[in-house]
Amino acid sequence: MTRKARSSEPPMERSHALHLLREMLRIRRFEEKCAELYSATKIRGFLHLYIGEEAVAVGAMQALAPDDAIVATYREHGHALARGVSAASIMAEMYGKVEGSSRGRGGSMHIFDAATRFYGGNAIVGGGLPPAVGLALADKYQGRNRVTACFFGEGAVAEGEFHESMNLAALWKLPVLFCCENNLYAMGTALSRSESETDLCLKAAAFEVPAWPVDGMDVVAVEAAARRAALAVRSGGGPHFLEFRTYRFRAHSMYDPELYREKKEVEEWKKRDPIPNFVSILKENGLLKDEEIAQIEREVALEVKQAVEFAEAGTWEPVEDLTRFVYSEERRS
Amino acid sequence: MTAGSQTVKTTYREAVRAALREALQRDERVFLMGEDVGRYGGCFAVSKGLLEEFGPERIRDTPLSESAFVGAGIGAALGGARPIVEIMTVNFSLLALDQIVNNAATILHMSGGQFNIPLVIRMTTGAGRQLAAQHSHSLEGWYAHIPGIKVLTPATLEDARGMLWTALEDPDPVLIFEHGSLYNMEGELAEDAGPVEIDKAAVRRAGTDISLITYGGTLVKTLEAAEELGRDGISAEVIDLRTLRPLDTAAIVESVSRTHRAVIVDEGWKSGSISAEIMARIMENAFYELDAPPARVCSAEVPMPYPKHLEDAAVPQRPGIVAAARKVMGCHG
Repeated sequence: MTRKARSSEPPMERSHALHLLREMLRIRRFEEKCAELYSATKIRGFLHLYIGEEAVAVGAMQALAPDDAIVATYREHGHALARGVSAASIMAEMYGKVEGSSRGRGGSMHIFDAATRFYGGNAIVGGGLPPAVGLALADKYQGRNRVTACFFGEGAVAEGEFHESMNLAALWKLPVLFCCENNLYAMGTALSRSESETDLCLKAAAFEVPAWPVDGMDVVAVEAAARRAALAVRSGGGPHFLEFRTYRFRAHSMYDPELYREKKEVEEWKKRDPIPNFVSILKENGLLKDEEIAQIEREVALEVKQAVEFAEAGTWEPVEDLTRFVYSEERRS
Repeated sequence: MTAGSQTVKTTYREAVRAALREALQRDERVFLMGEDVGRYGGCFAVSKGLLEEFGPERIRDTPLSESAFVGAGIGAALGGARPIVEIMTVNFSLLALDQIVNNAATILHMSGGQFNIPLVIRMTTGAGRQLAAQHSHSLEGWYAHIPGIKVLTPATLEDARGMLWTALEDPDPVLIFEHGSLYNMEGELAEDAGPVEIDKAAVRRAGTDISLITYGGTLVKTLEAAEELGRDGISAEVIDLRTLRPLDTAAIVESVSRTHRAVIVDEGWKSGSISAEIMARIMENAFYELDAPPARVCSAEVPMPYPKHLEDAAVPQRPGIVAAARKVMGCHG
């Protein structure tokens, strides 16, 4: 049932390779700035950084079409950026400004964007899976050939909602691409300390859902696996499950003193950093020159700078609007 | 009903079924899903015959996965369908609380108004059938605590028939609570009965001496109590709240301002309840109109017992309502 996705994919177009690199760098630099702004108390609440896991969101998004849907978790800045939600609106959201992607209502954990069919930003572990199944149900029911990609961490497999959702999606052969980001820790609890069976693909297989483990530190492998799985889903093959094996380099949130893992372990994983490793591969293959990296870095830095400026210049939602959107303003659906 | 229109003899169950059938006929986007709604015909036989009429795509039997199929309803509503989700009893809905409270009720506000959820959830509530402490509670008042959802409690044939379509046309999540003891209630219903508004309480019996405020399963008992009081020369008005959220405060205040006395009848428990909320609104808005302290007739603060004599003793009954009203009348100095 499971088979390993390999990185030895067909050679890719140089422009696409540069696109992947740029997307990963956008997330990395954006979030480095977020951490800084958090320390400067510009961003409050919880801030969960995706640094180290960029290859997963960037690779997976390549497999999705504009009218596909995405459901993500509270660690979703990377997914939103890779999906095409603007850095400026995400940053403004974290500032709590009305120009933010959710009018500042949600903050870091609740980025929503109708234009890109980005359905959050769900901060209840496992809570995004049932709605993802429902989005896919609506597509199948209404005869649309679309995919719903649902991202969640390995911690979610301990939730009942994971099992209920996998079963329902498989039972009704719904077009869901389940993207499990296994970064080995549910907050501070290691997978081996919370699961009797740590092979996540076996859990998916129990629902008759085709499943593959994928090297989540390799953007090319992620993209290849996601394209293969998304194609199968789109072709009526029912839900598919990808386990992206990855690692977060930063703490769970900005409050986390990281008592539960060894620094050595983090350092070992950093050797597999998806960005420098991809840069090395591109350089070895003559696809990337140093000045091009510098150019991308400059452009990304500018984008991040402008995002911060946009957020800084943003405005606070008037307090009189506090109760807007508890219910719809138009009475008829 | 309109004057001169023909009436037919029907039951509450048949009225709900007629509403479901009409909704399925009127709008292709509508489908029904829940446990045993199809082949079994519905736990309370409400959806009997609909599978044969509309087929398995629109009358969908689900696994026993409340969280997944309620969440799937949320996703399907986000995806443009108009799902009606049936939960067998309100006690089982607790398995889907995450989806109802954390998703259905929050996403519109949290997304800054981008994503509304036109979802209808129907469920059975209440005691009276000797089903003991895990099938008999009245938790609709709990749900009425939550901003972002609407809570309907049809107590009459007209409302059983008419609230569903209006709820389906609402852009936001609507929960409909059908009291289990009402399904067999017989009566006359206009042949052309159709949608009813869902924002207003109704005066079911006009009176001048005291307001008896109730909803759902205790409406019939309250009307009987009012008749009994009438024989003693006490003119009792009976208010059917119909909707617990948003609560029609104006109707409550208007009635109490005329009668100057109130008794609230609620099958929920007293502590932290909808009856307490109604009491508070009377205090806030009509304190100086009162000639006596209002009273409440609610369920005993126990898990619902199985034996009939204890169950009868645990829930509001006609004699208790009459006694409470007499006491409030007697308080008049």
